[in-house]
Amino acid sequence: MIALAFTLRQGQFTLDIDVVLRRGVTALFGPSGAGKTTVLDAVAGLRRPAAGTIVLGDRVLFSAERRVDLPPHQRHVGYVLQDVALFPHMNVRRNVLYGRRQGHRPALDVVAGILEVQPLLDRAVGELSGGEKQRVALARALMSSPEVLLLDEPLAAVDVELRRRILPYLARVRDELAVPIVYVTHDRAEVTAFAEEVLVLDHGRVVQHVARDEWEAAVRPVGGLS
Amino acid sequence: MNLWQITSFTLMAALAATLLMLPFGLLLAWILARGQFRGRVLLDTLVSLPLVMPPVATGLLLLMLFAPRGPIGAVLARVGIEVVFTRKAVVLAMAIMALPLFVRTARAGFEQVERRYEAVAATLGAPPWRVFLTVSLPLAAPSLIAATVLGFARSIGEFGATIVIAGSIPGSTRTLAVAIYSFAETGNDRAAVALLAVSAAIAFAALWISTALAPGSGVRR
Repeated sequence: MIALAFTLRQGQFTLDIDVVLRRGVTALFGPSGAGKTTVLDAVAGLRRPAAGTIVLGDRVLFSAERRVDLPPHQRHVGYVLQDVALFPHMNVRRNVLYGRRQGHRPALDVVAGILEVQPLLDRAVGELSGGEKQRVALARALMSSPEVLLLDEPLAAVDVELRRRILPYLARVRDELAVPIVYVTHDRAEVTAFAEEVLVLDHGRVVQHVARDEWEAAVRPVGGLS
Repeated sequence: MNLWQITSFTLMAALAATLLMLPFGLLLAWILARGQFRGRVLLDTLVSLPLVMPPVATGLLLLMLFAPRGPIGAVLARVGIEVVFTRKAVVLAMAIMALPLFVRTARAGFEQVERRYEAVAATLGAPPWRVFLTVSLPLAAPSLIAATVLGFARSIGEFGATIVIAGSIPGSTRTLAVAIYSFAETGNDRAAVALLAVSAAIAFAALWISTALAPGSGVRR
């Protein structure tokens, strides 16, 4: 369970959100500038809301009233940025093991098996293809035993063919590791293929919050979407 | 004149000054590059002050602070440490004068490290000190090495502050720069020119290394 009830201001833009995410995979859907990435940043502790609370399971990550604001390294949140940001000065193995928490699951073998990164472990980051980078970034995030996985348009930078090849990996992560996932996308097909619930954002506000089936049945048009 | 003694003492003192200034310089560069706090501009200005103040004035300030009856000198005197007109004063003057140059270059290096790497490291559970050691420091390394070499070179050339707080004691506190001045002033032109050649060679080598290591030089990348 992820409970988000906060206001975050950034220049002229205000994100105002009050939702409880209960399913395994939530798609944050909406046009550019809707505030999707800002939601992830706030959950990860990279942006500070002006007011409200962020609760992950039974842990309060942020509460303006109670003056709680856990730093990012104490939030146990796996965050894969849009451009993946693999550490350029480390090889794949060191990247993947960077956030490993001692005594926590999953083991490297399991993660590397699901994402098929075993053959890449001794390669340099610069030698990887776009799809390989995405898988390595996912493996790195998973190795930190996150309580939630935040994915910011993980497939935006890859072509349609690669997208089709990476989606099954994401589905395996969802099904085999049972880590809740919050997934930013502006691609309807990805929502349909992957998400269990959909949160539609526009101009910093939630305009729709439904299960995927309901969403598919009655897609409400939102300005500027493909 | 003992050219070898003067040269080796200057190199050793510059090395000691660089090592002395390095931890403070790294911390200041990091704070100024990444910190968001009140008084940041004031700190930046204070650190840069020796860069624009007359070095002799900086030397005088150090002399007042470290003299046996000065606020810092008195405390040191109580534990038996004497600074002014000793080799320690040479190292101190060099370190203070090299610090702003180091901080400016190192800070630019830290600012060039993309924040997303540091953000990702933090979300992966790394506390700030680990982010610094494993991400920021290695990614800024070329600039930091260039900054260190630059600080070292500045130490070797230090004159104004040194002559005020350490004097020009032959065989003791006399550095290359101070010796050149002393020899030129007393008409010992041959010695002055010999030392000039040595300092030019050292400065050339240091700057060449620093420039070659600086990001964007095209030498390492």
